[in-house]
Amino acid sequence: MILNGARILIESLKKEGVDTIFGYPGGVVIPLFDELYDEKDIRLIQVRHEQGAAHAADGYARATGKVGVCLATSGPGATNLVTGIATAYMDSIPIVALTGQVSTSMIGSDAFQEADITGITRPITKHNYLVKDTADLARIVKEAFYIASTGRPGPVLIDIPKDVFTGKADFEYPEKIELRGYNPKVKIHLGQVKKAIALMNEAKRPLIYFGGGVVLSNASRELIDFVRLTGIPCTSTLMGLGAYPSDLNDPLYLGMLGMHGTVFANYAVHHSDLIIAIGARFDDRVTGRIDEFAKDARFIHIDIDPTSISKNVVVDVPIVGEAKSVLKEMIKEVKPLKIEPWLDQIKKWKEENPLTYQQDDKLIKPQFVIQKISEITKGEAIIATEVGQHQMWVAQYYNFKYPRTLITSGGLGTMGFGLPASIGAKIGRGKEVVFDIAGDGSIQMNIQELATAICNDVNIKIVIMNNSYLGMVRQWQELFYKKRYSAVLLEKHDHNLSTGKYYPDFVKIADAYGFWGKRVSRPDEVESAIKEMLEYEGPAILDVLISKEENVYPMVPPGASLTQMIGGLA
Amino acid sequence: MMKYTLSVLVENHFGVLARVAGLFSARGFNISSLAVAETEDPTVSIMTIVVDGDDRVIDQVKKQLNKLVDVIKVKDLTEQDYVSRELALIKVEVDASKRREVIEIADVFKGRVVDIAHEAITIEVTGDTKKVDAIINLLRAYDIKEMARTGKVALLRG
Repeated sequence: MILNGARILIESLKKEGVDTIFGYPGGVVIPLFDELYDEKDIRLIQVRHEQGAAHAADGYARATGKVGVCLATSGPGATNLVTGIATAYMDSIPIVALTGQVSTSMIGSDAFQEADITGITRPITKHNYLVKDTADLARIVKEAFYIASTGRPGPVLIDIPKDVFTGKADFEYPEKIELRGYNPKVKIHLGQVKKAIALMNEAKRPLIYFGGGVVLSNASRELIDFVRLTGIPCTSTLMGLGAYPSDLNDPLYLGMLGMHGTVFANYAVHHSDLIIAIGARFDDRVTGRIDEFAKDARFIHIDIDPTSISKNVVVDVPIVGEAKSVLKEMIKEVKPLKIEPWLDQIKKWKEENPLTYQQDDKLIKPQFVIQKISEITKGEAIIATEVGQHQMWVAQYYNFKYPRTLITSGGLGTMGFGLPASIGAKIGRGKEVVFDIAGDGSIQMNIQELATAICNDVNIKIVIMNNSYLGMVRQWQELFYKKRYSAVLLEKHDHNLSTGKYYPDFVKIADAYGFWGKRVSRPDEVESAIKEMLEYEGPAILDVLISKEENVYPMVPPGASLTQMIGGLA
Repeated sequence: MMKYTLSVLVENHFGVLARVAGLFSARGFNISSLAVAETEDPTVSIMTIVVDGDDRVIDQVKKQLNKLVDVIKVKDLTEQDYVSRELALIKVEVDASKRREVIEIADVFKGRVVDIAHEAITIEVTGDTKKVDAIINLLRAYDIKEMARTGKVALLRG
């Protein structure tokens, strides 16, 4: 069938099961938007900024496990996607980014709205394409979805010149993929599995450290079985949260480790004699000072990506493979370990140094707000976050029951991610309650997406932890820069000194965008306000005035070892 | 630091060289030399890359290269039995009085004189890196005006 390029693209996307595109129009993509005008099978979510489109596609992908799709025009449209693509890349999230490009004959001439987006995104995509011929389009879409979603997932960008949209070609969606340089299917090395089991059987103080790879490979069930069968305690990275239920009363669960991890998780890592890393990559926020990290331990590392293995920590037994299939193999071989003294020690650390904060009856403590949201939603809501203190409080105090319910920018740490990502997550999983838990700094980075939510009837609940500060930077300035609060106060200020005048008024913002809005400033108002916002059938903003100089504790100072924590110690 | 020789088969597409070069710069790996050309199969190019580093760096380099979709195969020749050649063109400033000496040096290295002018002579030499380094070293006693080297190309024996 002879079709134009725009139609070929849409038909190809439908073959890949795409039901939603997050996009923004512009000059060279008008032919594509024209084809989308009558399209019934694909929902086009018109965002307010291309960065929002990329994050929304990312949030959709994280929440559903499907590939998210975003679309922008050439030049500034494409460059506006860059932060979103880099965010997805760092957290291995499968998205396909479609960009328009100037016509092939104009490429390289510095034409209006021309940018070399394949050049710009080369280091932040798993792969990218510049399509030069309409006849190649279907094959490239097929390859792009395959590359994005297999192996270690990641973003793939397809740059499509205007004349490729308008050109015609015979459309037949390819059945097979021929990529001789890309073979994501790895056969698990059973010899390595045996070696790993042998190490486990010798270990006296084993610890499982799991990450986002468990979520990405849908291996939550296998992880839980593996932990319960062996009786080995486990700790999670930020990206792994939810893969194992976040219940600190579970003797085998230690919460998050690392810079803002629990004291007992970090102690357990430090004293362990065998670390079993599953779908985690020994990030610096997790390890602290690398030469001190679990220095008496041997390492088993399960990861789909060979480049992650022995990159930061040299491991004893690497197992290359998806967390799910490797765990399935291991579960066949494992037996319960006799490690009672180790479990007793962990229990003692837990009792001595629980995760805690100073309660207050006048000021709203942010940790208290998260606990309340956790209680009211029974740990079953999808929680998107922005980046900063509130993100860490969510990680510490929200008791995630299921995987794919924490939607957060872990690797890149992108402020402005949460609002558009929560929109994407809610569109992907409409039945769930979806929150964006934000700071007053982050929410302003993509605040224009409130219009996207209201205009597309996306019922998200935004809770702003408002302390008038860029709290995490302020915390570092307090602790490491002699309280010189440079450029972190968000009030109108006079040489960094407060005037008490805060802008914007988030309740008025809520009103302006047609959201439900409310502000609370006393602890006794919190619970009812959360319930009220949940009862309201539509998007809502709750502005919570929290204690201004609250810090995230415990904290491993940058460059310190995991045992050198400040705050939160008994 | 040691020099490692990698032979990398890649898709003969536009942009592949940029991907490989970008990978090295983004990850802080050091390329000592790089030679690229088409192979007997016009859809495949071969890159011979000489990299400075230790075992751990090279391990990462190989894995990262393998991760690129356009990379078909990475072979580490370093510890293997392989043949390698590079070619250098060396233009030396000499007048007629010293010309004979320079030609003798070239002869010893089985080099060829490819151009002679009144004040200069250009030598072509082919060989492994050590041999090319050696002749360059000797010719430094004269005045090397310009020089171009191809970088190493290599194949496994047998």
